[in-house]
Amino acid sequence: MNRYPIWKFVLIGTVFIIGLLYTIPNFFGESPAVQISPAKTSLKVDEGLLQKVESTLQLANIPFDGLFMDASGVKVRFANTDTQLLAKDKLVSNLGKDYTVALNLVPQTPNWLQSIGAKPMYLGLDLRGGVHFLLQVDMKAALDKAAESTVGDFRMSLRKEKINYYGIERQGQVVVIKFESEAEATKARNLLAKDFSDLTYKIAGSDKDFNLTASMSVMAQKRIQEFALKQNLQTLHNRINELGVAEPIVQQQGLDRIVVQLPGVQDTAKAKEILGRTATLEIRMVDEEKSDMATLQKAQAGQVPFGDELFSDREGRPVLVKKSVVLTGDRITDAGPGVNGQNGSSVVNVTLDGRGAGIFKNVTRENVGKRMAILLIEKGSTEVVTAPVINEEIGGGRVQISGMANAQEATDISLLLRAGALAAPMEIIEERTVGPSMGEENIKRGVHSTLWGFAAIAVMMIVYYMVFGGVSVMALGVNLLLLVAILSMLQATLTLPGLAAIALALGMAIDANVLINERIREELRNGNTPQASIHAGYDRAFDTILDSNVTTLIAGLALFMFGTGPIKGFAVVHVLGIMTSMFSAVLVSRALVNLLYGYRRKIEHLRIG
Amino acid sequence: MELFRIKKDIPFMSYGRLTTSISLITFVLAILFLLHRGLNYGVDFTGGTVMEVHYPAAANIEQIRQVMDGVGLKDVTVQNFGSSQDVLIRLPVKKELSIAQLSEKISSALKAADAGAEIRRVESVGSQVGEELYENGALALLLVCAGIMGYLALRFEWRFAVAAIIANMHDVIIILGFFAFFQWEFNLTVLAAILAVLGYSVNESVVVFDRVRENFKKMRKASAVHVIDNAITRTMSRTIITHMMTQTMVCSMLFFGGETLHNFSLALTIGILFGIYSSVLVACPIAMWLGVSRANLIGDSEKKPKEDEAAVAP
Repeated sequence: MNRYPIWKFVLIGTVFIIGLLYTIPNFFGESPAVQISPAKTSLKVDEGLLQKVESTLQLANIPFDGLFMDASGVKVRFANTDTQLLAKDKLVSNLGKDYTVALNLVPQTPNWLQSIGAKPMYLGLDLRGGVHFLLQVDMKAALDKAAESTVGDFRMSLRKEKINYYGIERQGQVVVIKFESEAEATKARNLLAKDFSDLTYKIAGSDKDFNLTASMSVMAQKRIQEFALKQNLQTLHNRINELGVAEPIVQQQGLDRIVVQLPGVQDTAKAKEILGRTATLEIRMVDEEKSDMATLQKAQAGQVPFGDELFSDREGRPVLVKKSVVLTGDRITDAGPGVNGQNGSSVVNVTLDGRGAGIFKNVTRENVGKRMAILLIEKGSTEVVTAPVINEEIGGGRVQISGMANAQEATDISLLLRAGALAAPMEIIEERTVGPSMGEENIKRGVHSTLWGFAAIAVMMIVYYMVFGGVSVMALGVNLLLLVAILSMLQATLTLPGLAAIALALGMAIDANVLINERIREELRNGNTPQASIHAGYDRAFDTILDSNVTTLIAGLALFMFGTGPIKGFAVVHVLGIMTSMFSAVLVSRALVNLLYGYRRKIEHLRIG
Repeated sequence: MELFRIKKDIPFMSYGRLTTSISLITFVLAILFLLHRGLNYGVDFTGGTVMEVHYPAAANIEQIRQVMDGVGLKDVTVQNFGSSQDVLIRLPVKKELSIAQLSEKISSALKAADAGAEIRRVESVGSQVGEELYENGALALLLVCAGIMGYLALRFEWRFAVAAIIANMHDVIIILGFFAFFQWEFNLTVLAAILAVLGYSVNESVVVFDRVRENFKKMRKASAVHVIDNAITRTMSRTIITHMMTQTMVCSMLFFGGETLHNFSLALTIGILFGIYSSVLVACPIAMWLGVSRANLIGDSEKKPKEDEAAVAP
């Protein structure tokens, strides 16, 4: 009665071997490496890049241990950190700005294990060191900005159709257009409702004062927020690529938050500066009709003409700029520093996307002889970088911005522009930094807790339950093995609370074996034969084990659903631990007991203490 | 070895009034401490900044305070922790400074005062994050309770479900009471520990209830009190051994786990100790008073012949 069919042994054996294979990579350690990944999405990771990297290293006579390619880029392994640093410098100078070259650690997993996808567990920031930021996207600002650009679009449409209005402005997130007659207002509404269908229009007023209000529908607001978040995510991706961090994480969290994790980064000031930059670029027209000295002086005193805003340029001179935005930084596809061929001054060369190029062409054609202001909005303050006179129509979407103080500034600004603008400002609302020594210490703490606890339990179980205790300990060992294997397979992030959850899972999993062993003892005491006692012990304990594990599972799942950060890390391991413990405590320990006792014809007594 | 060979059933239920009174008193005390002292929430909940700084030699706490004063940060607590070389700096959320600026300001001031200062850990949390944690924590707690009650009501009976949840909420409140009394820091990992305890100590009740159900089937003539006493006595050995094992693991975390896992293991320890007590001496009397009987537990046993078969099988 205590014999398992062959297939059960085969199943357990297979699971054990798979578990072993996927656990092994955790013991190989890591070696220094350099990771090369494309800085732009248009560039692909391919054989060409691999060969380029290889030839660069060979030419420079830098020895390397391994060279391979994965989805994120090309990785090169080195024997020590000296060659790693040397290689990084060489690669940076050879590959140029199209590629990011970052220092990294690569697991020394043997190739045959890598080929079956076996990797060591993915360690969280508290175990490997690094910075974690949680950024809050200012959605109100995103909506305001969207409304502001609607104002510009409306103006253009109304002018094109020659509809008369005497005022247009943004009130909060609602655009209000003022008309003298209801007929005009209705005409405008019909036109705008056709072109901008996701807005809700309403006409109100009397006599010679009719207001057409356009407000965003809930759907449109949602779309704008989603877009703003996506745009910010993309921008952060680009900016972090410029930082050169290996394996950064940029993820959406909830509806309006972004998590950024930079493993291995110690210079938090630099990281914060780059993330926190809210620089956006706007191109607007200078209001030439009102740029006489008298108006400017009045404006400086606080009387800014309607529809204009007052800013200063780099020399501190006041410039009156129209409120309506011609182009925003979103339309920029590339930017790089350069030198003006005529006077040798530093410039930034900007390339616009198709729609941006079209708008730019129209605006420059209509405004030859006028000035165009390029505004840089950073941390709430706006500066006119330059306000060149438009000499001719500029087509093709290639624009040169002059007015840079020096080459360094041209580089900085082009980096900022290339990395893209944020659709909405963001604020860091959570920061966690863990130094590398702290990370190592945390690993040590977690591992020591688990191992010492395991050892103590093993001794106690064997002393108390003898052979059956030994079986329980082996089952617990298999549990640990499987848990580590599954965590390695899933590449779930392991944190210090996660390590604690491993320890706790073992401490709780032993319950099942205690239940079984106690039950067997009881059956023996009731005068049953050893074989019958084993059978009844496992059988009867099973219901209890199932019930108690389900209740624990419920708690684990709730933790997983509502937890963030450390709690989630704990919950994942907790839940997985419950599942592996069901397998090991019931199936594995039974298989071992069956092997030990199931095939004996006669048992004098069970060694169960 | 066998430590608990109990021949006769211990009349646990006759102490029911006593044990539940003790529970009630500890429970009320815990609530009083919670109301009076409140929990000492960590930065996760309140927002603010915590920095762990390591110095090559013993740190001069007074000097660090002066450095903080020097850069205009007033309500800063500086204390040693672990060793004389390690310092923990805490400060509340500042309205006028963003999180990013604050930590930068402190670390540059510390480095300027002593180049050997190594910032090992920084945790800065804005106040808006903390508020959500309360909500999510409470939601998680509610969901766990509802889930467990639902499951127990399905598998056993509503009386057991109610008894188990009362017993376990009692554990949770007592853990919180301890944290309030000693003013131990209550952070996210402690919350995780509490929810884990909730699942774990329900285990305990489930094991006893399982036995009660089985006994009702086997001991057809016995009274409910007798049945419950027998169930507790029979599972006593397992209860103590299991908890000893789990506690061993938790102790290991308490000793080796360092600062981060310290309060986590404390919460687990209290939870485990009171978990034994409450699942046996609170949950069972309550279930009994609610009127658990053979009829309402396995009243329709004729319709479930399979379970009965299992009960009489050798």
